[in-house]
Amino acid sequence: MSLKITGIGLVNMQYARPETAAEASKLLAEARGATRVLAGGTDVLVQLKAGMVEPDLIVDIKKIDGIRSITQEDGGYRVGAAVSGAELGEHAGVVALWPGVVEGFELIGSTQVQGRATMAGNLCNGSPAADSVPGMVAAQAIARIQGPAGTRDCPVADIPVSPGKISLAKGEIITSIFLPARPNHASDAYLRFIPRTEMDIAVASAAVSLVLDGAGVCTSARVALGAVAPTVVLVRGAADCLVGTKLEDSALAALSDACSAACNPIDDKRGTVEFRTQVAGVLAKRAARIAYDRAGGR
Amino acid sequence: MKNIPVSTTINGDPIEFLCGPDETLLEVLRNRLGLTGAKEGCGTGDCGACSVTLNGRLVCSCLVLGAEAEGGEISTVEGLAAGDALHPLQQAFIDHAALQCGVCTPGILVAAKSLLDKNPNPTETEIRYWLAGNLCRCTGYDKIIKAVQIAAEEMRSA
Ligand code: FES
Ligand code: FES
Repeated sequence: MSLKITGIGLVNMQYARPETAAEASKLLAEARGATRVLAGGTDVLVQLKAGMVEPDLIVDIKKIDGIRSITQEDGGYRVGAAVSGAELGEHAGVVALWPGVVEGFELIGSTQVQGRATMAGNLCNGSPAADSVPGMVAAQAIARIQGPAGTRDCPVADIPVSPGKISLAKGEIITSIFLPARPNHASDAYLRFIPRTEMDIAVASAAVSLVLDGAGVCTSARVALGAVAPTVVLVRGAADCLVGTKLEDSALAALSDACSAACNPIDDKRGTVEFRTQVAGVLAKRAARIAYDRAGGR
Repeated sequence: MKNIPVSTTINGDPIEFLCGPDETLLEVLRNRLGLTGAKEGCGTGDCGACSVTLNGRLVCSCLVLGAEAEGGEISTVEGLAAGDALHPLQQAFIDHAALQCGVCTPGILVAAKSLLDKNPNPTETEIRYWLAGNLCRCTGYDKIIKAVQIAAEEMRSA
């Protein structure tokens, strides 16, 4: 039969589906030329189609043992690198413990994209506007990385380097992301601004994670902003504005100012520097309020 | 280029195929297996015309490599009707003029079926959000949403 078979046109590309993380890492470490790790494929296949990258090797990690599961660990959850948004959103335990992380990830793409996209992939794509990353940074999530020399743990906050660039070395892959335990009276939230109601890329975004005491006073906070700098940024100064308060108006105003001061955004047709800078502060304020309510503050 | 042998189940039937490492599942379905229901609107995950389910999840088949389907269960629009009897969604789309050119229709039918499998009684808002990744450039969405609601009601009372 001589059907014309199209294909993306990368005739020399190899596809590998290793069954262990060590094997995946070895394949990537030893490969010559460009490589791509394939989990959900919602960024990688688009890049292939667009000709942005012409990999010699694609390593599909979905057959690696445990990489598609969510497991309880030390009171937190270990989310395998190939767990999709749909699977994460259906996991009652993760939704209860880290609602802000889940809501950030679930904002990405359509139902179809949610059926495949992964948090690890969103992180490794390196976009400063990646919707799942501020929530993970605020949550102090830790990526477990398999490399040629073994495994290491690295805070999610230290993975992005600049737009499209991450700190993983050749041969390294993320195998899971750990969302840690948290005390009672703690919660988180994520908000983003987009010009439409669905399926768009953040113009500015904010994630806030809070711990309160029994009286509703904030005892610790983490605030992370997206799409307003070359990477997602953790704003320690903004978090400090909330500690010791019940998120009164003055504390929220200080939070908002500290967030705006931390912005270093681009100027484009989707949002000017002034707009992104202001909106990031407003979103942080609103996200803080939502996290506070979720944590049972009053 | 070395072709990869892949074993799958498509619409309940065991199907084996060979595909290149750079071929998408959409290309395999259309060009190798003659299942031309799924359409290529964009090829980049934006339009949903290529929607199928893979292992029970709604996906864009243009964003899946054929090789990834190994061991997987795939459902396409071709599996919707039971023999000559159209699925209630298909019938409702015809009866209520929920299609014009029809390019988006297979993807929307597959997506709507996957919604109704999960939630037999969705609100209009839930339908609109679920189908937000399925673009239609001619019918307009009102008739599509209506047809899904009518089919859902019929399926609930069946
Ligand atoms: S062709 Fe797959 S989403 Fe458009
Ligand atoms: S009927 Fe033509 S695109 Fe929807």
